[in-house]
Amino acid sequence: MPDTNVLDVKNLSVSYSTPRGDLKALRNVSMAIGQKKIVGIVGESGCGKSTLISAIIRLMANNATVHSGEILFHNSNLLDFKEREMRALRGIDISMVFQDPMQTHNPVLTIGQQMIDIQYRDKLSKSKKRQRAAEMLSLVGIPDAQARLNQYPYEFSGGMRQRIAIAMALMAKPDLLIADEPTTALDATLEVQIIKRLEELQEEIGCSILFISHHLGVIAELCDEVVVMYAGEVVEQGSVRDVFHSPAHPYTAALLKCDPGHIKEKTRNLPTIPGEIPDLVDVPAGCIFQDRCSRKVPQCQVKRPLFEAVNEQHSVACHLNNKNADDSDHKEARG
Amino acid sequence: MLSYILRRTGLALVITVLAVSLLFVIIHMIPGDPVSTMLGPKASPELRAALEERMGLNEPLLIQIGLFFANMLRGDLGIDVFSNRQVTDIVLGQVPYTLTLILTSIGWSAIIGIALGCYSAANRNSFGDRLTGVLSVSMIAVPAFVVSLYSLLFFAVTLKWFPAIGAGEPGDFGDQLWHLVLPSLAIGLSWVGYIARLVRASMLEIMGEGHVRTARAFGLPERWITYRYALRLAILPTVTVIGVGMGFLLSAAVFTEIVFSRPGLGKLVIDSITTRNYPVVMGSVLFSTLIFVASTTLADIINALLDPRLRSAR
Repeated sequence: MPDTNVLDVKNLSVSYSTPRGDLKALRNVSMAIGQKKIVGIVGESGCGKSTLISAIIRLMANNATVHSGEILFHNSNLLDFKEREMRALRGIDISMVFQDPMQTHNPVLTIGQQMIDIQYRDKLSKSKKRQRAAEMLSLVGIPDAQARLNQYPYEFSGGMRQRIAIAMALMAKPDLLIADEPTTALDATLEVQIIKRLEELQEEIGCSILFISHHLGVIAELCDEVVVMYAGEVVEQGSVRDVFHSPAHPYTAALLKCDPGHIKEKTRNLPTIPGEIPDLVDVPAGCIFQDRCSRKVPQCQVKRPLFEAVNEQHSVACHLNNKNADDSDHKEARG
Repeated sequence: MLSYILRRTGLALVITVLAVSLLFVIIHMIPGDPVSTMLGPKASPELRAALEERMGLNEPLLIQIGLFFANMLRGDLGIDVFSNRQVTDIVLGQVPYTLTLILTSIGWSAIIGIALGCYSAANRNSFGDRLTGVLSVSMIAVPAFVVSLYSLLFFAVTLKWFPAIGAGEPGDFGDQLWHLVLPSLAIGLSWVGYIARLVRASMLEIMGEGHVRTARAFGLPERWITYRYALRLAILPTVTVIGVGMGFLLSAAVFTEIVFSRPGLGKLVIDSITTRNYPVVMGSVLFSTLIFVASTTLADIINALLDPRLRSAR
């Protein structure tokens, strides 16, 4: 994957300074998004998904520090950009759709005004900008777009607002769209509609999408590749097919087992992964998942597993994948 | 929007009627009666009865209130017990002085307070923010009458920069403005601190909300986000507080008018209460109530103009 990538994150480490000490939210995270690809990130809450995207768009909390790594966007490192250069990029080359549609828009300005405002860099007449806003609204499936531009956010439902957010994010035809759990706050039928629409628009505009979700079904439906994160590290990545059908990391396997969509038999208790995420202020030695892993081997406690390829498009950080490890264990993990 | 204004004005009228009735009762419960105050303890019963008759004091309280409202609608607030002048004329002569004083005070303090609040929120925890914080709290802690007395002593008596008493020559705008400086400084000073704190707090809250993050994610200029997107929301609580604060401003104006010997409602109320001059007291209290109710109503209407969600709320 040489220079064809839209985004290339290399060995990114980010920490938050807290009263207890530095919370190492991201450690040596590497991932890439190819052109016109949709890449999903999965992982439970607190795994560093949000830190990663706020680092990419450089809208981080005040107490966050980037310790090392690169974020290459079309081969230039965003971490070297001045704030002004970064601002020129936002909404144009990289845009975002946020999780909670009820909070995304300014409550006291009309949708039209906000959609015109984000085109402030364009030297177009106001009516042209308005026209473009209305076209975008129709494109995401909002009927009677011209009239609805005069309405305020509170006059739209959650699903409508998320469509508007998508329309705004795609208005400048960005190269990269970052969608941070865009359907988590919506109900299931709306989720399907929004995902379908997003897929169509991606095709039409030809952008790449970084899609964050903890809904595995959505990731499987929408994405080409998937990155599995756990406690601030990438533990497995590869094509959706490889990762979902033959997970190489016990965490991925456990995640899939917990997905209600995968459960065929009637049960009173949904499966869970026992234990919790380790303390990231005082990161333990060895594998980050060892405490919760059902298939731990002795070296998990001493040595951090390195990222190794399972096949060309599939890699994993787990000792079980290591050729020296017990082979029967390995097969079981992938089954 | 129009229906909101109508609804809000209707409510304001109801509030006025209730408040004025209550005040009427309270004033009549103040010990001491106007008849003995005017005629002295040795007056003949006939003379007392005649005066009571003239002031309507022989009627039951409810009828007195009813009569008061009936006359009020005709613009008649009764006759000053001492000077025989129309109370309406007396009070209307004083209202502009108080209104000018209050509006100037709140005007300058709101402008400076909002600016300081925005500065503090934008430069959170900087030296300037902390300095503003300390100054704000000190300003809030100093009562208006203390500022009145010391500013009078220092700027008017010692330095002779500003006039000490009165409201200036009628018709001479510059002179009147000159006389307004110290009193409005006294009344407005604590409001600067108060508004600055309030704006800072709500700005910080709004700047942390999701829509501000969205605006940033679209690369909107930071100034734009602060003043167009956030301030418009952050100002809402301040508008309400200023509207309600008119009540406190009126009472602050009482002290200040007395310290600076300015004409105005405050001075009129004090003078007429000490002489049990009921019609004048009622007249001034009525106008104070009107000013208060009008300012809270206006604050609500301004908020509804700024925030569409309030317009549609029932």
